[in-house]
Order: sequence, then C-alpha cells, then structure tokens
Amino acid sequence: MEIKASMAGNVWKMNVAEGAEVNEGDDVAILESMKMEIPIPAEKGGKVKEIKVAEGDFVNEGDVLAVLE
Amino acid sequence: MAMDQRLKEAEEKIASGGLEKYHEKNKEKGKMFVRERLEQLFDDNIDVEDAFFANNQDEGLPADGVVTGIGRINGEKVCVMANDSTVKAGSWGARTVEKIIRIQETALKLELPMLYLVDSAGARITDQVEMFPNRRGAGRIFHNQIKMSGRVPQICLLFGPSAAGGAYIPAFCDIVVMVDKNASMYLGSPRMAEKVIGEKVTLEEMGGANMHCSVSGCGDVLAESEEEAIRFARKYLSYFPSNFRQKPGVKDSVDPASFEKSINELIPENQNAPFDMYQLVDRLIDEDSFLEIKKKFAPELITGLARIGGKSVGVIANQPRAKGGVLFPDSADKAAKFMQLCDAFNIPLLFLADIPGFMIGTRVEQAGIIRHGAKMLAAMSEATVPKISVIVRKAYGAGLYAMAGPAFEPDACLALPSAQIAVMGPEAAVNAVYANKIAELPEEERPAFTKEKHEEYKENIDIYRLASEMVIDDIVQPDNLRNELMTRFDMYESKNTVFTERKHGVYPV
Repeated sequence: MEIKASMAGNVWKMNVAEGAEVNEGDDVAILESMKMEIPIPAEKGGKVKEIKVAEGDFVNEGDVLAVLE
Repeated sequence: MAMDQRLKEAEEKIASGGLEKYHEKNKEKGKMFVRERLEQLFDDNIDVEDAFFANNQDEGLPADGVVTGIGRINGEKVCVMANDSTVKAGSWGARTVEKIIRIQETALKLELPMLYLVDSAGARITDQVEMFPNRRGAGRIFHNQIKMSGRVPQICLLFGPSAAGGAYIPAFCDIVVMVDKNASMYLGSPRMAEKVIGEKVTLEEMGGANMHCSVSGCGDVLAESEEEAIRFARKYLSYFPSNFRQKPGVKDSVDPASFEKSINELIPENQNAPFDMYQLVDRLIDEDSFLEIKKKFAPELITGLARIGGKSVGVIANQPRAKGGVLFPDSADKAAKFMQLCDAFNIPLLFLADIPGFMIGTRVEQAGIIRHGAKMLAAMSEATVPKISVIVRKAYGAGLYAMAGPAFEPDACLALPSAQIAVMGPEAAVNAVYANKIAELPEEERPAFTKEKHEEYKENIDIYRLASEMVIDDIVQPDNLRNELMTRFDMYESKNTVFTERKHGVYPV
C-alpha cells in the first residue's frame, strides 16, 4: 500500500524507517505546508517496505512518500 | 369472476413486483424489494399510492416499475418515487416517467419533501420515442427537480445503478446517500467506455459508491447497507422543515457528551500544530446530534447538521488534522453546496474557523481555486439565515472571508482567546516584509531579529487590539462558547432579510 502526500509541501519529518511496523492511523510522515504541520497517517497497518522521499524534499499532492506491505 | 375478486387478484399481482428470479437476485446482493424499502422508510407504510395500475395491460410491467405516493416520516408527510428493479431492471418507460413527473408536481403543489429511491438501469430503449424527447419526457423530471430545488428538500437514496440520464436525479438532489457495493452512478457504463473511448475500467473505479463519496463528490453519504441508508434519510429529515416557508422543528435540548479535556486543553498553543476539530464540535453541540455530510470528501473542511439547545444548526468547520485545514477547490465546493442547503431551509450557520488560507501552488491554480473559492464566498455571502463566525485559533487571508468574516455580515464574529486574525501568519508575514533585511544580516543575528519581528507582529494583531477596533464582537471563554452560541442563535431567530433584489446573481462556478 502506498502512503501518499495529501497536499503539496515539504517533507518535514519521516516518522518511520524502512522495516518498521506501523499501525492504522499512525502518522508515517509530517509535511510542512502553508506554515502548517500536515500529518500523513497510514490508512492501514503494515511494514514499511520502502521510503521514497527524504526530509526537505518538495512533494506534490499524490506523490508517494512510502510503501507499506 | 366477481369484480372484487378481479381487483384483489390484480392488486396482489402488481404488489408482488417482477418475476421471482429477480427477487432472488436482489436478495443475493443484499437488496430489499421496493415495497419493503418503503415500509422501512415510512413510520407506517405508504399512505397514498397513485397509478398503482399503470401499464397493467402489459403483464410483465407491474406499476410500470416504479412506486409513487405519499407517506409519513417522523410524523411529517413526504412524497416518494421508488424504482422497482425486479421489473425490467427498474428501467423507465413512458408511464414510469409520467408517474415520476406527477409525484414531483404533487410535492411542489403540497410543498412536501421529495424522496427518490433510485435503482434503475435507465431508459427503456424500446419506448424511447414515448419517454425521452417530448414535453413530458424524462427531461421534465430534471426540469422539475431544478424548479423544486430550495422549495422542498430533495433526497436521493441510491440502492443500485443510476445510469446515463438517470444519473441526473441524484445530481439535482440536495443530498445523495449511496449504498456501498450496489449503488453506482455514471454517464457511460464501463462497457460503453471501452467501446467508445477505448478505456478499460471497473465499475467501482469509474462510478462506484466509494469513489463518488470520496473522489468526485457526487455522493454525500456512504452507507454500508440499505437499512443504514434509510435510517440516515429519516434522521436527516428531522433537521429540516417540510419546505422553505417553514422553520425546522425544535427538539429538547440535550447537554453535550462529557469529555476529560476542556476546550482550552484541546487547542494547541502552537498555531501550526494540528488538532482534531471534531472534538471541538462535540463539545458545542447536543450529544449525538451530529449528522455529517460528505465525511469522506475534502476532509479538510467538516460540514454537518447538528443541534444546539435542541435547534438545527449547520456546522462548517476547518479541520487542521487534514491538509492543515487549508481550503482547496473541493472543500470550497463542498462548503458552497452545504451553505445553500442550510440557507434554503432556514437552518442557521455556525462557522468554526481555524484556517491558514486557501491553498497555493500550480496544482490548485490550474484547478481553478480562485473561481471555486469565489463560489464559496458567494454562497456564504448570500446566506441570510443567522450566521455566527467563531475564530477558534486563526483566520488568515481569504480564509477569514470564506469563514464568514466580519465583512460578510455575520450576525456575530466571536473569537476565542487563542484567536489570531491577519492577512497572513507571523512567519509568512515577517518573511514577506523583511526577507531582504534578514539576508543582509550576519547569520548569527538572524534568529534574534526574526523572533523580535514575530513578537512585534503578534502584538500588532493581538486579539484584544482587534476587539478594541471592533473587528470582532466579543472574546468568549472557550468553556462558555456553547452557552454563548445558544443565547445568540436564540436572539437572532427573528432575522428575516432579503440579500438583495434582482433576478439572480451571475454565480462564479
């Protein structure tokens, strides 16, 4: 399952590393956009297979931040 | 055969709908027979049914595939049309269309809400000349809906497909409830899409209930089952009057649910940190009175019906937990329709503002955020029901305007002590004004300079200063907000204004 950016902004924090287990509703990443912290929660739980972005990257709405399995 | 026996037999036959195998098929999909649906929908059952014998000369088309009539919900009269999908898949023939048109005319004449229980494959191609193009062809159904809009509530419960032209019935309703898995809406079926434009796509992806309730916004409420959809409709109507001339009914006031955290403890001091706006809503409204609309669509803005002190209120609240509570084209659309709905039926509006502004960037500019935002402002401006705007934490830029800021004639603009009102937030403002200056400074001096300017800026927009300038009408203790709202809505009840005289505005859409 892909975790996608809900809106355009900068990746402020990645809260998880590859291999980590996340539960449904856990904030996988926090974006910074419009001077706001934008939490990106996991819609379902799973193990982080891949992190697709680095902190500080610009992401557009819909860009994949991480992949869960 | 005795005459009464003939009538009895005919009645039984028609009331049983289509062939048994179609009943079985429906059951497998979790679909009820149309007459069962109506029994659940109404307090009792349908009280008055017309054209029950429509098309009875054709054995295979009992009632011509649609039930129309009047019954009672929560004790109030409502008109209904309900497709029977056991009869030629609920398709529309000439008499089906005439029946629908007649019940709409009845709803208009009696000024009663109109419910559409849709489960139909669309036009009967074999009958097209009789049911499609003429003055009382299917187009008249939509023309009537448009005429009825804002006069009487119109509700669509979508139990099955609503295809091609039929998809416009939900489109012209105030609200569309879709049953997950079974309900769908599309202009061209997946089969047609493949034939005509070469696209291979599933029905769920292109016209499914989940898609429409979360992506397109054509659906408002996703129901797990038909029973749930019917319960929703009954509850929804309890917030509304029967027509635009009346006010919504009043129930007994119920205290909000009790919570450990007070409103003060709920709202983070840091303006940029997220918090869950639902928690504030729950602390202001009567317990269990929230009926959310478009929950899965544009979640950065919450819209829902509620009761405060037993009286109906439409709540429009920014949700900092989703997309920072920033307004997007979809959230502006969502707000515009919801405000029109409430205003049409005399339901006062409560705005809870915690908004950094409208979204910026290429994506949203190309999506026309300016005109979508304008649509929201127009709908909010034109609403003449009592309007109270509460600045919960921040209202920056056009966000203040969109959330019924002082210039848009709210009956009151209130602020919590945590509120900030400004063209933009401190960080953005200091950057805008002092970017060059900051760049010239030696690096070690920058943080202190920026901090000083932030403080100056915050003082400049201090909420007491804005209260002194009478920008806001009052600063309210958070834990007294519910009482304040109850009192004010009560005081504003006699409001009866016309926005302006004209034929109609030229709306930004």
